[in-house]
Amino acid sequence: MADAQNRRKDPSRESDTRSRGARTTRSPLAQQASSYFGHHRKVARDSARRLWQAPVASLMTWTVMGVALALPVALMLLLTSLQGVSAGWESSARVTAYLAEEVTLEQAQTLKQTVAGDSRVAEVELIDRDTALDEFRASSGLEDALDYLDGNPLPHTLLVTPSDGSRTADGVQTLLALVEGMDGVEQVQVDLGWLQRLNAMTELLGRAVWALALLLAAAVVLVIGNTVRLSIENRRDEILVAKLVGGTDAFVRRPFLYTGAWFGLGGGVVAWLLLQLSLWWLSGPVERLAGLYRSDFSLSGLTFDGIIALIIAAMLLGWLGAWVAVKRHLDDIEPGEIAGG
Amino acid sequence: MIEFRQVTKRYDSDHTALRQVNFGLDRGELAFLTGHSGAGKSTLLKLIMVMERPSAGEVVVGGQVLNRLPRRQVPYIRRHIGVVFQNHQLLFDRSVFDNVAMPLEVMGTSARDIGRRVRAALDKVGLLSKEKMNPLQLSGGEQQRVGIARAVVNKPPVLLADEPTGNLDPQLSADIMGLFAEFSQVGVTVLIATHDIGLINDLGRRTLTLDQGRLVAGAGGLHG
Repeated sequence: MADAQNRRKDPSRESDTRSRGARTTRSPLAQQASSYFGHHRKVARDSARRLWQAPVASLMTWTVMGVALALPVALMLLLTSLQGVSAGWESSARVTAYLAEEVTLEQAQTLKQTVAGDSRVAEVELIDRDTALDEFRASSGLEDALDYLDGNPLPHTLLVTPSDGSRTADGVQTLLALVEGMDGVEQVQVDLGWLQRLNAMTELLGRAVWALALLLAAAVVLVIGNTVRLSIENRRDEILVAKLVGGTDAFVRRPFLYTGAWFGLGGGVVAWLLLQLSLWWLSGPVERLAGLYRSDFSLSGLTFDGIIALIIAAMLLGWLGAWVAVKRHLDDIEPGEIAGG
Repeated sequence: MIEFRQVTKRYDSDHTALRQVNFGLDRGELAFLTGHSGAGKSTLLKLIMVMERPSAGEVVVGGQVLNRLPRRQVPYIRRHIGVVFQNHQLLFDRSVFDNVAMPLEVMGTSARDIGRRVRAALDKVGLLSKEKMNPLQLSGGEQQRVGIARAVVNKPPVLLADEPTGNLDPQLSADIMGLFAEFSQVGVTVLIATHDIGLINDLGRRTLTLDQGRLVAGAGGLHG
């Protein structure tokens, strides 16, 4: 008996026995492999056929899975589109130069001319300290407090907009260095506040999407796990007999793991269809909205690679769900109780 | 082929199914296992199938001590033991052929060999013409014979039967016993649990009798 086991595990030994003329098989290794893959094909086909035979139930599971997968993927696509937008806007960053307090308005005008003369600069705006104070008074709501001040604490300010060619991160950086090196310039800032806010928001959104994706993936695993648990219950007799006649755990598990993967395949396809459908539904209004903002923003759909990745991920999740169910329930089914009293 | 050495099986502190059972069965030997219900017949068969493990003593099948066999090795042992049940344990969602093919499928036998060996087994039990039918369409005796075909399709060295003639009339029972006798003639060790005393007397084979977990008749070693 032990010999038989070894033979099963070690096909080279089997060919030894064959060369001694004890067996008549052609090539045991190839034969074993072909019957192994043949069995996989059979089980895969059989699992698919079982799903097909209960179309309503299968479709419901596919839809649940599709919705759960489509939601995070849709948000991720939206996020990617938004990041494209913020990358476009980054180039319109402005450099703000705060001049030293002793710089007079005339000197500031001269500085403005000098900066504007540089080829990398598209436009320079000078905000003198009085205008700045008025704006600050109007926007901050600190009127009373400002009245207690002796003088105007605000300096003159130059707002420098880079030219088209310099609207890169490096271009802005050199411009920054140039302005910073000028006499009378106290401090230079790149006005990226709103951009940073947008970036912070997309980052937050990105994390939220990942958290949501994880939760929904867990939900998918549980849904598939529960569906597979039911199908394990339905095929209890078959499992018992398979275990009785010497089916290994892997053999017994196999059809259910395939069932899980097929649920995943269907779920992935449904998710893709839902995404395409919503994209088609939203593309018109989004274009109009983007047009109003003079933006070339557009919602991008899934690429071919993305679709393949989505479907593979869905199949893996289905397989994982089946695995969870199989781990929890198959071990409970032992042939002990059917041997009679 | 089968040997029990001082085997005791205790389920709870107050329920002992088998007490210090000792016996051995040779290759090609056919023996009956009898006793009142609850005497421990099923427990004894379950120990051979490794559905249960003994509380004390050793169960040896084919020279292998089953007590400490790792769980994942159990399927490989079962492939060498054919089992026939009183209630057949056939699957009604597939044909007679597919039922009989199951032991070969779990072993990874090629489709061609499966066809050949399943038909040989069905031929042996006289059901070759019914391979495409559903087991539900068959009579009780025919279903039992499908069960036997499934038990012997992979030519196991050990064949166990739990009340194989329980629901059958005497003529059918005799037919089935005849089949078991043929298997033992080709070297299969056959152990049949039954309380059909008439049948046992007709055949005049070795009989192991259990009474409240003790082997009271038919004990003995492999060579005694």
